[in-house]
Amino acid sequence: MRRWRHGIWTLVLLLALGLGWWLFVPGRLHEPTPAQREAESAQLHDPALVARGAYLATVGDCAACHTARGGRPYAGGRALPTPFGDVPAPNITPDAETGIGQWSFEDFWRALHEGLGRHGEPLYPVFSYTSFTKVNREDAQAIFAYLKSLPAVRQPDRAPELAFPYSVRQGLVAWRALYFKPGVFQPDASRSAEWNRGAYLVQGLGHCNECHTTRNALGAMDEKQRLAGGEIPAQGWYAPDLSTQPGGGLAGWSAQDIVDLLKTGQSARGTAFGPMADVVRNSTQHLDDADLRAVATYLQSLPPRTPAAPVEVARAADLEAGGKLYGERCADCHGQDGKGVAGVYPPLDGNSSVTEPTGTNAVRGVLLGGFAPATAGNPEPYSMPPFAQQLSDEDVAAVVNYIRQSWGNHAAPVLSADVSRLRHTPVD
Amino acid sequence: MAANAAAQTAAPAKPDPMQRRVAACASCHGVHGEGLPGDVKIPRLAGKPAGYLLQQLEAFQNGQRHHAPMEYVVRQLSPEYLRQIADWFAAQQAPYEKQPVPAQTAEAMQRGEQLVKHGDPSRGIPSCESCHGSTLTGVEPMMPGLAGLSYAYIDAQLDAWRTHQRSTDGPGCMVVVANRMTVGDVTAVAAWLASQPPPANLHPLPASAQKEPLPGWCVIGKSEVQR
Repeated sequence: MRRWRHGIWTLVLLLALGLGWWLFVPGRLHEPTPAQREAESAQLHDPALVARGAYLATVGDCAACHTARGGRPYAGGRALPTPFGDVPAPNITPDAETGIGQWSFEDFWRALHEGLGRHGEPLYPVFSYTSFTKVNREDAQAIFAYLKSLPAVRQPDRAPELAFPYSVRQGLVAWRALYFKPGVFQPDASRSAEWNRGAYLVQGLGHCNECHTTRNALGAMDEKQRLAGGEIPAQGWYAPDLSTQPGGGLAGWSAQDIVDLLKTGQSARGTAFGPMADVVRNSTQHLDDADLRAVATYLQSLPPRTPAAPVEVARAADLEAGGKLYGERCADCHGQDGKGVAGVYPPLDGNSSVTEPTGTNAVRGVLLGGFAPATAGNPEPYSMPPFAQQLSDEDVAAVVNYIRQSWGNHAAPVLSADVSRLRHTPVD
Repeated sequence: MAANAAAQTAAPAKPDPMQRRVAACASCHGVHGEGLPGDVKIPRLAGKPAGYLLQQLEAFQNGQRHHAPMEYVVRQLSPEYLRQIADWFAAQQAPYEKQPVPAQTAEAMQRGEQLVKHGDPSRGIPSCESCHGSTLTGVEPMMPGLAGLSYAYIDAQLDAWRTHQRSTDGPGCMVVVANRMTVGDVTAVAAWLASQPPPANLHPLPASAQKEPLPGWCVIGKSEVQR
């Protein structure tokens, strides 16, 4: 039975690939005339457009992927890990040979909106065009003007390092047919302008769904589970559910809590760490207050979630051991009552990173410790010691289970085997 | 709102707010940067030149130095905050505790002392003292002290320079020096240095103590220029 199924899937894949070859005609679709190019180039130099583009590129956090560690901004080279292999982000500075120097706006629009490269080739969706397709043309133009204004950096792109069959780019034609529908964000007339702005930012340029939504085995997002939380593929973190309604990952968060976290890296409800600390430091802290409020308004409208099934209670002996460790190692900062110290140490009671379904974030938080991101609103953040060198897998599991099942928290226990695995998960 | 909350709650007795802020550093480097007991691959930070400490923090951010826990801890910090942290550890006065050193032959210890004090001119290896100071406590603003470091740490760093796992802005002296040393030299230098009781004052010498210019192939990093 199993082998039979396997055969069917291989057949489906081969058919999809064949169909892909048939549908996919390489070549550039709209070659602009020299006159069009000149007109476009003049428009792109408008300083107001460039400035708006700089802001929007920050909202989209383009530099986070398109900059290698210690490298020149936007010159690419950072290898983005996916379950299918590493995909290095390309150089998007205006270098004529190795960057986007020869791209027209139409080329850029097709990449952002349709996920197609300059020669019509389908792009790997690690470039989040599944979200960026919602960005409107005016904003895309501003971002393009900004990228064109950057200093050109000569840095050739590296080829993706993907395993077969994902290395066959034409396979994406089938993936796109199943999981990608191009379309600019359509405002909902029944909602406020603020809500629509928030939805546009969250679903589009902010590409929050790309982490905060569960993905299937082929890396596609489940449309019905928007922002309901998910494991971040290949990074070993969990991006929590963003609903603030009953049963939601951010249940009870006020609009101000959301604004605080995005602007300063911490709120009365929790502190950004792991990949979200990068997002806050590089992107959201720079959003203007109106946009932050809009994001909060939209997130607050996400529906309530079905209450999770009752979880298994950790063994009493383990909870006792965890409680003892908590008293010795954690209570000094987070308090015996798990309430933390406002503005300094995050609460653990009701903290979405503590209670997210997998326990990944709590375990890694204990192992890695670290600082809240340094932001204009919190320039000298406090930090948590890493306990990886001090606590055994059993001890980490015990203390994590204690915080996941104390006060108002009722999350499933983790195993010491989970801790062992996460101890060896790379940090980047 | 968070900022207001911070202002209201920061009042309770906190003798040194910076000490609490950098709690993440303390579990490996000690509360005052005094290091950990035992022969571990972790450096003492207390009293090292601030310019050097800042450059190392930057190196863990930009990938010139590698150690996963360090890279994770410093990744979200601003240049200004890194400088404050560097200044804080540079100002710490912490006593030295003797670390165990693996047993060496008398010849190896002699070779170690020779390299530390006089270098090996036949192989173009300058003495450690010529750059790291006659007291081996470093020289302001960029030259780190070697006194008070563990055998495991010195050995690991010389090895990292040799294998280009550690780098710095510019060509960097230590890549050249370490590659002129043999594996035996590395062990000998690390063992001799770690065996010496350091002076009571582990703070670096003033910049004026650097009388001889550094060799032409030594280029000091950009942090020093910015400072």
